[in-house]
Amino acid sequence: MAETQTMREWLLAETPTSRRHAKISALYQGWLSFRSNTMAMIGLGILVLLVFIAAAAPLLSPHDPFVQDLGNRLAPLGTDGHIFGTDSLGRDILSRLIYGARITLYIVALVALIAPIAGLLVGTVSGYVGGWTDTVLMRITDIFLAFPRLVLALAFVAALGAGIENAVLAISLTAWPPYARIARAETLTIRSSDFISAIKLQGAGPLRIITKHIWPLCISSLIVRVTLDMAGIILAAAGLGFLGLGAQPPSPEWGAMISEGRRFILDYWWVATMPGLAIFTVSLAFNLLGDGLRDVLDPKAGE
Amino acid sequence: MSMLDVNGLNVWFGKNRDRVDAVKGATFDVGQGESFGLVGESGSGKSTILRAITGLAPNWSGAMTLDGKPIGKKRPKEFFKTVQMVFQDPYASLHPRHSVDQVLGETLHLHGFKDIDTRVVKLLDDVGLGQKFRFRYPHQLSGGQRQRVAIARALAPEPELLLLDEPTSALDVSVQAEILNLLADLRNDRGLTYLMVSHDLSVVGHMCDRLAVMKDGEIVEILDVAALRAMNATHTYSKQLLEASL
Repeated sequence: MAETQTMREWLLAETPTSRRHAKISALYQGWLSFRSNTMAMIGLGILVLLVFIAAAAPLLSPHDPFVQDLGNRLAPLGTDGHIFGTDSLGRDILSRLIYGARITLYIVALVALIAPIAGLLVGTVSGYVGGWTDTVLMRITDIFLAFPRLVLALAFVAALGAGIENAVLAISLTAWPPYARIARAETLTIRSSDFISAIKLQGAGPLRIITKHIWPLCISSLIVRVTLDMAGIILAAAGLGFLGLGAQPPSPEWGAMISEGRRFILDYWWVATMPGLAIFTVSLAFNLLGDGLRDVLDPKAGE
Repeated sequence: MSMLDVNGLNVWFGKNRDRVDAVKGATFDVGQGESFGLVGESGSGKSTILRAITGLAPNWSGAMTLDGKPIGKKRPKEFFKTVQMVFQDPYASLHPRHSVDQVLGETLHLHGFKDIDTRVVKLLDDVGLGQKFRFRYPHQLSGGQRQRVAIARALAPEPELLLLDEPTSALDVSVQAEILNLLADLRNDRGLTYLMVSHDLSVVGHMCDRLAVMKDGEIVEILDVAALRAMNATHTYSKQLLEASL
């Protein structure tokens, strides 16, 4: 106990003794304020669980998600050996949900890597450089924003061919413009502030100013926006799957599972409801996490 | 010999119909080791002159020479080794996500110093902040402490001319005196030249050898401090200013 106490004191020291100490201490204080937000912790808990389930899918799932058993099709909830029942081909829904978590995480991770980074690059360059560069980049952004999101994704997938990677690309392509807008707006307010003038007076070039001084201040609002958008991204991926343009059968993608279950939704409601609940839970978890992160990361709130 | 010579400086913002002339034909010189003040009401163009000297206000015409060398439109790295600036608001002039160590370390790195660690320690001592402030973030510092960090940053490249843009106006009265004394001590120790903007005549009277009075972007009169104390202004506007400060 005495040791943990000193550890805590070390982490919360008023006057850090080294660069590393100061960093760790700042992280710990962020964690403490995040931890006090119960809803955000619930969100984080669900997502950690999701990652765990996806990683341990072969160990956790009671059945092979692809094995069909036509004699036992559309079994109701709570059937022996099939807690969530079976789908139209007699496959175990719980196992398919567990394996589907992998696909969901894959989509979410890829989109979360591509779209905000592209948006951050376009937005900060546009906002900082200004002039013609700004006009050209922002008009391109406007063009992408003007298209209805799902329609653009549909057109893109139709051109490239159906599949999960193309769906991810299509969603990223439609998701980056809002990030570019946010990053540009943030950059415009930061650009003229005194601390940017001050670093200019030390002879810093635009590259250093954008990457080291503007990005750290934009990234927090982008992270928050990404987590809040995650629900939308999962739904868009599910939507593409539902329309048959995302994950292809027999892959257990949640949206594709709903699309399959739709045919029997009146008589066998659980076939579509279970993946629907999974999407709902994960979306909610991302939203809760996003809210909590906003409280911790917002640099203006830290003052 | 004059450190900074400004001749017929015009600074404007915007173009065509939106053009605002912030400074009109300003002419003055600051001698080596001198402390020169610019006073005037808000919007009279005092700070704009500093921003034009450092290149933060890009639209200017006229002639400026630093240490005998003309200042061009593009300022080379050596320029910032000679001229540094302290900003008005210490709450805005420090990056909210950078620790004191990062602020000073990056500045030293940009100016090509190798012994960064020892220099950071020394700078903090010079401005009266100890070691314990080294890894703090701006939101963990008071206004006066922040302004000390900003002064340390300006001193890092070992400049000869320090531009002070109302360095105390955003601070508490009790802290103002501390910062002014620090600035006076630093000037004595290092033989710095100051160009100081203020709207507070008592601050300028305390800190400066000579001063220029500005009104609507023009310098109406240049006085020395003896004349200021004796209330010996010739121009009507400076007379009003002096009387108002009593």
